[in-house]
Amino acid sequence: MRKSVWIAMVLMLVVPGLLLTTSCAKKATSKNGPTVNSDDAARKAAEKARLAELERQKQLEAQRLEEERLKAEQMKKEARDEFENIYVHFSYDSSVLDDMAQDVLRSKAEWLRNNPESRALIEGHCDERGTVAYNLALGDRRAESAKRFLISLGIDASRLSTVSYGEERPIATGTGEAVWAKNRRAQFVIQ
Amino acid sequence: MRTLFNSFTTRSFSLVLTGLLLCFCWVLPALGAQYDYVDINNPALRKIPTAIPFFKPVNQTGAEKVICSKAADMLADMLVFTGYFKMLDRGSFLIEPYSPNIVARQIKFKNWTGIGAELLVTGGVVLEGGALNMELRLFDTFKGQLLVGKRYRGREDDLRRMIRRFSSEIIFVLTGNRGIFDSKITFVSTVSGHKEIFTCDFDGKDPVRITHNNSINLSPAWSSDGQWIAYTSYAKNKPDLYIRQIKKKTGAVVSKKGLNIAPSWVPGKLQLAATLSFSGDPEIYLLTQTGKIIKRLTHSSGIDVSVSWSPDGKKMAFVSRRAGSPQIYIKEIASGQVRRLTFEGKNNTQPAWSPNGDRIAYTAMNRDGLNIRVIGIDGRGLAQMTHNSGDNESPSWSPDGSLIVFSSDREGTSRIYIMNAYGTDQRRLLKLPGQQSEPDWSGNMTAP
Repeated sequence: MRKSVWIAMVLMLVVPGLLLTTSCAKKATSKNGPTVNSDDAARKAAEKARLAELERQKQLEAQRLEEERLKAEQMKKEARDEFENIYVHFSYDSSVLDDMAQDVLRSKAEWLRNNPESRALIEGHCDERGTVAYNLALGDRRAESAKRFLISLGIDASRLSTVSYGEERPIATGTGEAVWAKNRRAQFVIQ
Repeated sequence: MRTLFNSFTTRSFSLVLTGLLLCFCWVLPALGAQYDYVDINNPALRKIPTAIPFFKPVNQTGAEKVICSKAADMLADMLVFTGYFKMLDRGSFLIEPYSPNIVARQIKFKNWTGIGAELLVTGGVVLEGGALNMELRLFDTFKGQLLVGKRYRGREDDLRRMIRRFSSEIIFVLTGNRGIFDSKITFVSTVSGHKEIFTCDFDGKDPVRITHNNSINLSPAWSSDGQWIAYTSYAKNKPDLYIRQIKKKTGAVVSKKGLNIAPSWVPGKLQLAATLSFSGDPEIYLLTQTGKIIKRLTHSSGIDVSVSWSPDGKKMAFVSRRAGSPQIYIKEIASGQVRRLTFEGKNNTQPAWSPNGDRIAYTAMNRDGLNIRVIGIDGRGLAQMTHNSGDNESPSWSPDGSLIVFSSDREGTSRIYIMNAYGTDQRRLLKLPGQQSEPDWSGNMTAP
């Protein structure tokens, strides 16, 4: 126990001593060189610091830009997801666009204006209550009325196509109005 | 043959059927048609008590005996399927199995009337080296009279066809029409995990898959000669109309913008109606079997869909939303006159014109789901055929008008059922994995 205390004390004294000795030795050498060298070194150090700062700034800027780019990309992705994942809904046996459906379509139109190179497929869907052929026709009417509304908002007809899936592709299963309401929809796919 | 089956040859003719199956017929001309046995237009039909003992193995071999019992059972099943017959339990028979006398002068008809049988079918079978000869007779037991007798010659695997033939003869002699035995049913099934088109025999036997595209295939419809099926397929990711000659594997595709759906063949012609929406609105068009438009048949904005033709092809029933809800209308093609048929309920679709021409079956939506209804073409006599049993839809008539095939999810999953034309005797047609829907019954495919 005592021995280890001694060793610790010796180390505490000796190690800083050694460090001091080295730095003194360095100083001694630099003192021997010309004063010009010392100025030059300072300038160099300043320049180096300036460059380092510049680099840091540059990196910060790049990072900011990257963050902005990611954010923009994220927003774009969100807008794109929203375009594909938010549906236009209809009442039973109807292809009429109510206020909510029109609002959804206005945001679809905005996306299409912001992405002029994109084309969209509008799928018309029904709940499962009706019969197959009639629901195919109803799905066609739903997709068509969504398309016509977008055209009336200034979207070029050539960018829009439609397909009816009738009752063949429900997104919710089960029975009851909540399920049926989800399935009565026009759904957008970016092409 | 003569020594075998004695003499019934007052008149005989033969028919060459597909393959080796031959048929000789010796109906007694004096009897003519016996249409008064079964009135298929009578809703309160009494089932005729009928006895079919095992057929007689002429050579008494084991293989013959197997055919004899199999053939007798097959015939009994087919006859029961029509809904006209009640088979008497063979345990009640006063004769030994396999040893009945099969011709009129040997039969003790009192043995049959005594157990309540009004009709008796006897048969004799010779099986030699894979060649199957079968002779079948239908008797009126009270009159002690032969109603129809036929002799069939073919291979062992022609058995079902021979039995089908003779069932058809029995129905013809009793009802005056050829029945349903040469008809088939096409339907949609998800056996493979996707909706594909299938066909099966009139009694649900021998299901065959005819599309293999793993997409969505819908609404198959037979041409009246049973050679073509038209259907909608998403094989190219949109609803296109496929018009296919089944055996020759040829056909056409109608692939216009929008809908190409709901085909319905004109009776006796290779033309069909279908709904196309290339104009921006679903309208009904008349097409050739090559898919070319002959003319447009509807001119009202909004949905027009689901044609069913009158048997003479002069009128069409169809679904239209022109009055604000889907209802059934009838259009006379020549005059262009359209009248509304259904007024009860807010959702009436899928009309199916009966082969007799007097009634239309359709699918009505009400509080307890979808139900099959039948209505006279004059709008009278509305009757609901299904009640409180889930969704019941897609009615289609058998070629003789005696049965209706439809789909129902009454057992949880959609399957195919049949009932007689008055809604009784509802039973499942076939059992396959997955869901079955949209059945369509063909006409009889071969001339008798």
